[in-house]
Amino acid sequence: LPRVPAVLKKRLVKLVVNFLFYFRTDEAEPIGALLLEHCKVTKEEENVFSISFIEEPERKYCFECATEEQCQEWVEALRRASYEFLRRSLIFYRNEIQKMTGKDPLEQYGISEEARFQLGAHRQ
Amino acid sequence: MKLNERSVAHYATCDSPADHAGFLRKRVERHHHHAHHHGTSYQRRWFVLKGNLLFYFEERESREPMGLVVLEGCTVELCEAAEEFAFAIRFDDAGARAYVLVADGQAAMEAWVKALSRASFDYMRLVVRELEKQLEEACKSLAACRKSPRRSSSSSSGRKRHLSNPALQPLQEKSTTLENGYSTWSSSGCVASGAICTDHDGGQTKPPPLPPRRRSAASRATGSPAPGLSPAMPESPVPPETICFSKLHNWYGQEIAVLRREWQERQKRGH
Repeated sequence: LPRVPAVLKKRLVKLVVNFLFYFRTDEAEPIGALLLEHCKVTKEEENVFSISFIEEPERKYCFECATEEQCQEWVEALRRASYEFLRRSLIFYRNEIQKMTGKDPLEQYGISEEARFQLGAHRQ
Repeated sequence: MKLNERSVAHYATCDSPADHAGFLRKRVERHHHHAHHHGTSYQRRWFVLKGNLLFYFEERESREPMGLVVLEGCTVELCEAAEEFAFAIRFDDAGARAYVLVADGQAAMEAWVKALSRASFDYMRLVVRELEKQLEEACKSLAACRKSPRRSSSSSSGRKRHLSNPALQPLQEKSTTLENGYSTWSSSGCVASGAICTDHDGGQTKPPPLPPRRRSAASRATGSPAPGLSPAMPESPVPPETICFSKLHNWYGQEIAVLRREWQERQKRGH
């Protein structure tokens, strides 16, 4: 598990689905979590990235990584971590496959009518 | 445990469309060690499902949620409670409390169970990965546009429970009979045939990696197809991540007069 020291405090950070948990090192229980919906991940200076949220864009949660490479990995991972991102990806792939093959790939799962997967659904 | 509550509340109440919403009666959970157990009671709350998060509000017009249930590592089951139209959300982590909810009628109950059992992030990720592969295959076959050998099926279970790897064949092939599959003519000029195969890891160039895969039980709700993946994804014992979610549930599960007050105070202090 990567160690991601924040600007002031050293924390162990763990990405689990669309939550970023953080721990004091060597503790089993997290001390906090960030829900990663409607957030923006920004690459800051070297080894540093920040997370901010749509309703409070000036407030940044900053993270400093051990290496620049690690930093880039985290930025990539966090940008894909929201449920809404996943949903948009699904709708995109579904649409593309449908265009190419003429077939709705969700039919085989019996979920093509499911509201959450509909094309053209207006989502943030 | 801290949480970015303001962002969470914003997400819960903003006008991004909900996947499902409605009134449900929520069973009040009492601690079993209390000397006198006075029977079960229920409270009517307004529930909003967005993605893998189930929020509940005191009233429909409430500006912030009372609580939040993270729908990972859980199953949604019909309930043997005394109440009609009851269902339960139960977690793999035995320490986490279950949520017993009661709908207004049969249709409402079925709609909720269906919506909740497909709500997990893990489920979404499963489907996305499968579609990614299918798209890759479709692109390759279009590019090659020559006959590819039909894949033989290795399982005969219901189609809904398995992933299918469409093998594309060129338009010139007139035959429409296939083993265990079906064929369609597509507008793009290639025939897509469905064959039931076990999943095998492509290992070809993949898009940038998604967050690390979590192993959790696929939803086992009644009547809801859970896409079974290859044997490479066994049912795991409770993963450590569920401890984190227990914390979230417990934290939000408290009657939160205290939390609300704290939150309001922080707002005043400008946090």
